[in-house]
Amino acid sequence: MKRSIIDLWVGIFVAIGLASVTFLALKVANLTPQGDNNSYTLIAEFDNIGGLKVKAPVKSSGVVVGRVSNIELDTQRYVARATLTLNDQYHFSRDTSAEILTAGLLGEQYVGLVQGGEEENLKPGDRVQLTSSALVLEQLIGKFMTSFAEGNNKAAAADAAAAETAP
Amino acid sequence: MMLDNLLAPLRHLGHSSINAIWKLGMMSRFLLAILAHSGQSLLRFQLTIREVYFAGVLSLIIIVVSGLFVGMVLGLQGYNTLSRFGSADALGALVALSLLRELGPVLAALLFASRSGSAMTAEIGLMKATEQLEAMSVMAVDPVARVVAPRFWAGVISMPILAALFNVMGIFGGYLVGVVMIGLDEGTFWSQMQNNVDLHSDVINGLIKSLFFGIAVTLIAVFEGFDATPTAAGVSSATTRTVVTSALVILALDFVLTAFMF
Amino acid sequence: MQNDSFIEFKHVSFGYGDRLILQDISLKIGRGQLVAIMGGSGSGKTTLLRLISGQIRAQQGQVLVDGRDVGRMNQRELYQHRRRMGMLFQFGALFTDLPVFDNVAFPIREHTSLSPAMVRDLVLMKLHAVGLRGTESLMPAELSGGMSRRIALARAIALDPQIMLYDEPFTGLDPISLATIALLIKKLSDALGTSAVMVTHDVHKSLEIVDYVYFIAGGKIAAAGTPDEVRASDSPWVHQFIHGEADGPVHFAYPAQQSLAGSFGLEGA
Repeated sequence: MKRSIIDLWVGIFVAIGLASVTFLALKVANLTPQGDNNSYTLIAEFDNIGGLKVKAPVKSSGVVVGRVSNIELDTQRYVARATLTLNDQYHFSRDTSAEILTAGLLGEQYVGLVQGGEEENLKPGDRVQLTSSALVLEQLIGKFMTSFAEGNNKAAAADAAAAETAP
Repeated sequence: MMLDNLLAPLRHLGHSSINAIWKLGMMSRFLLAILAHSGQSLLRFQLTIREVYFAGVLSLIIIVVSGLFVGMVLGLQGYNTLSRFGSADALGALVALSLLRELGPVLAALLFASRSGSAMTAEIGLMKATEQLEAMSVMAVDPVARVVAPRFWAGVISMPILAALFNVMGIFGGYLVGVVMIGLDEGTFWSQMQNNVDLHSDVINGLIKSLFFGIAVTLIAVFEGFDATPTAAGVSSATTRTVVTSALVILALDFVLTAFMF
Repeated sequence: MQNDSFIEFKHVSFGYGDRLILQDISLKIGRGQLVAIMGGSGSGKTTLLRLISGQIRAQQGQVLVDGRDVGRMNQRELYQHRRRMGMLFQFGALFTDLPVFDNVAFPIREHTSLSPAMVRDLVLMKLHAVGLRGTESLMPAELSGGMSRRIALARAIALDPQIMLYDEPFTGLDPISLATIALLIKKLSDALGTSAVMVTHDVHKSLEIVDYVYFIAGGKIAAAGTPDEVRASDSPWVHQFIHGEADGPVHFAYPAQQSLAGSFGLEGA
């Protein structure tokens, strides 16, 4: 085997390796530039974040505008503080509301931003004022059960009243 | 006599344990010797390039074909399972994550051990059996520096490249089945993948795994070759040992690395 | 002649575990001499060569080469020592993955930084010396046994060694190749002035070319002398060896513990 042929093949081999890693980084892992230049952060506090995870998308009208970059517990007030890193090209008004939504019944959770009506926009590092927590299925069922039971009680009371009034 | 029969399995166990520990120690010393004598294989890089050709380039075909098929199977099976839960959209994420985190590094390393590791063992073992290593050392050329170290580095360089290629081919296979054959939405396929795959914890950690596998497999291969009994039977059993030991070490190491990384 | 010894063994013993292979060997090899070491298979001849090349170390006694004890050299000194030494292995031990040219060029490239043109000239010279110029691009697998032995010889002399060690250079060769190798060994020893040790059990060819012979049996020197002295020797052992007789002081049968009848279970029957 000629040395030059070996060199050529090894060169091709290494190039394939580099191309593969590049493909994995860009196309598969979606190495979106999260650099400081093209993004800014907002803070959103929730009573309950449910299953929200770091790296979850932040969407507005279904369009991905950023990602959740950090989640921590505020130990003073005991609320969850999520840091949203948003793309520089999207800005939101001061009365924007943030809610935690679920894609489909069993899908991943993401943060939805709904644009408000104010003229002034949120500045980097600002806190989103209006938030609504994640829908936690157990709580939902709990509420439903309570109201169902209350409804029954009312119906029973009405029945009893009707029976009394009736001679 | 009776007692002897009863004690025989215990004695056997003791013997194999001592052997295993002895071998582990020898292998560590061998690794140190390789590292100490690596100067030449890095300075005269042509030696290593030649071995990259034999260990890496010649494994391309098997890696490409296996990667493609593994990805296609993942696509089919993943689709069947996911569609039961109504989340067939997540197929891209499933294929990419299973390949990047586990199947790519592990399967590529197993293929590499049986394709290139066994070849290395056989080659070095035959060089020993035909006195070539001895001739080299009598010519005042250290066989560890001239024969073993270049092969070791070639293996360490080739393994992550092959694993990355395996991943790419696997994802392409999953794409063929999921998007082209089954007809999932192409955009969903890629965006699900991109939303769930993290560069550091999935892609880079997978490649770090394959780097460890490369070190382990190549070390086993060159050690078994160097340690082979210099006969035809000795070389053949050393080759078998390379494949078996490598497979076990890859899977055990995979568990340890996974526990540490993820 | 014996006073100016280049290689000297002083009461050397060597063994693996309890099994002694060489016991209290003392011998001298003069500068520029070609010495044969003869003995039956398994008598420790090759061990003797390995002691000189430093592949193994004597357990007792000293192996002096040019006044220095090989057994006490560290790795670096040992490699320095081996650079002045060439060794022809029993089956040549050519590098099977390299063509003839690269095989012969191997020690030159490893130990010198000569230009490719110089390397080429040297290799062609060495190949010419063994009469195989024109085989440069052949692979070792394409060579006959005699040819590969000659290529191996060319590789061994590539750096003009001061000491040559030949391990069974005549084994497995046809008479013509054997004569060629013998002629080459003699010619190279005379031309280069190397001190050479040849381990062999080919009696007649060796006696024609060597200056001195040591016979080894049972790990000891059984006899020694110039070829003429050996031929005239009245030692029954030397007589048996030189004339290749099956029985004599060295017995045909291995000293078995049991009698033949015992082995077949016929004893007392």
